[in-house]
Amino acid sequence: MTTLGKKGSRRGLAAAYPTWFYLPAAIIFGVLFLFPTFASLFFSLTRWTLFQYSFIGLANFRQFFSEPFLVWGLVNTLIYAVVTSGSKVVLGMLLGILLTSNVMVRGLLRAIVFFPVLVSTIGVGITFTMLMHPTNGLINDVVAVFGLKGPAWLTDPRFALMSVAFVDVWKGVGLATVIYIAGIVSIPAEYYEAAKMDGANALQRFWNITLPLARPATVTVIILSLIGGLRSFDLIWAMTKGGPGFTTDVVASVIYKQYQAGFYGLSTAGNVVLFVLVAAIVVPLSFALNRKEVEA
Amino acid sequence: MTAKKLKYYVTGILALALAFFVFVVPFLFIIVNALKDKPEAALLHFSLPTETHLWDNLVAVVEARDYMLITAFINSIILTVVAVTGLVVFGAMVGFVLQRRPSRWSGLINFMVLAGLIMPPAVVPTIWLLQWLGLFKTLSGLILIEIAYSLSFSVLLFRAFIATIPRELDEAAILEGAGPFTLFFRIVLPLLKPVAVTVIVVQSVAIFNDFTNPLYYLPGAKNATVQLTLFNFQSMFNTSYNLLFMNILIITIPPLIMFLFFNRQIVEGMTAGAVKG
Repeated sequence: MTTLGKKGSRRGLAAAYPTWFYLPAAIIFGVLFLFPTFASLFFSLTRWTLFQYSFIGLANFRQFFSEPFLVWGLVNTLIYAVVTSGSKVVLGMLLGILLTSNVMVRGLLRAIVFFPVLVSTIGVGITFTMLMHPTNGLINDVVAVFGLKGPAWLTDPRFALMSVAFVDVWKGVGLATVIYIAGIVSIPAEYYEAAKMDGANALQRFWNITLPLARPATVTVIILSLIGGLRSFDLIWAMTKGGPGFTTDVVASVIYKQYQAGFYGLSTAGNVVLFVLVAAIVVPLSFALNRKEVEA
Repeated sequence: MTAKKLKYYVTGILALALAFFVFVVPFLFIIVNALKDKPEAALLHFSLPTETHLWDNLVAVVEARDYMLITAFINSIILTVVAVTGLVVFGAMVGFVLQRRPSRWSGLINFMVLAGLIMPPAVVPTIWLLQWLGLFKTLSGLILIEIAYSLSFSVLLFRAFIATIPRELDEAAILEGAGPFTLFFRIVLPLLKPVAVTVIVVQSVAIFNDFTNPLYYLPGAKNATVQLTLFNFQSMFNTSYNLLFMNILIITIPPLIMFLFFNRQIVEGMTAGAVKG
């Protein structure tokens, strides 16, 4: 405090913690992330071949909100993000509670639930595509044991999006679970003991202690999985490539398809739509969730 | 007491059975089918192979498309090692100054860190820029991209950890005549080892498993990274499921090793921020 404080503190700070330490990171981030982001705002208003562009105003966006296959992508993105995020909150919390309780082989169970998080998404997608095969797949073999006939999970338009969402939850629930475990472990044990003394049953203890005090974990899981869900691409690409038809297309897969087709302006407009979607959902939500936490 | 014991065993066994069925069976499915011959694997049955073809399948996958898997592994390892090194050094430098020296820039930098964490990157303009820089379809370009996209995560973890290192240490070093370079690289960076391990492990797994960025910025079979080989193999071995599963198995080994050795650091890194103090 003394050497860097008061007299000449500014120079002391500047000398010890130079601004140029920001430089390497700032250059890489500024050039490869920020600049393309700003450039996309311009190129989304053009018809673009990468070598030349012509300004066409909002035509790309108008197309995005009128062509059925593009609108599908938008709607599916929202459904997918909400379904996966909601499932991860519920299942992650349940697993978190189970795996912080006095359960047999707890360490092994934690490891089993978490491991899929680290496995290649493409590998998981391909494997589940096989497991979900309508006639030969293991899942429908199991369904048949109960005397039922399982649907064509990935080729029936009514089930395809939810089937992919299921695999997303299967792969990602381990992360939600460890976040909940960290949150639940940090709740002081005295609260539970006091509640037990007062005769609160397990459900009351969950409702009045675990749920409110694990709130930071809930906020983290919701925000992380919404961001992931809205941007999701690789799992969908590995499993359905957006099909059948456009029933599992999301904004991120539309961006890729339009890029492959050479519609660079339209693809970039899709990217701008995705920014706006992510920012418009995640930013206000994290403000709202974090504020309530302060009030409570 | 006995009722309690009974409940303990029943929940335990039920939980284990369910976890086995839901989470372990898909991996066993990959393993048994990776060992079968081509017609048997094509049935997609969850059964032990009648004859194991571990070696044949391994060789077939490695040799396929002119040893593409080997090239891909080399590419992925270079990509991961260089990008993660950059993330650690540059991320720690930012985290250090950001934590130690609040200034009028801090607000802007914090905003950038959050933006980098949340916002999806603009793909086609990035490709256009990389082409202009001569970095499109190059491994160096992809390395810089991976650094740019993951810097935020790295900065956040380093800044939080540096806040726990007492400033007195810096002051002592400065009194001894250490310049900023010595202070950071000789004194502070070695103390960051625990959080550096976390960043290294979490980011290595993420970058090794990355599919989307190589797909966009490093296309072409010659440059494939491991995740892309998987995709190429899928169409090529349209009916050779045994080789496809063997390929999945091979590229799952590096993350598995990371998991076995660094389970705690991975979980710590991924849950950072969940419990706000």
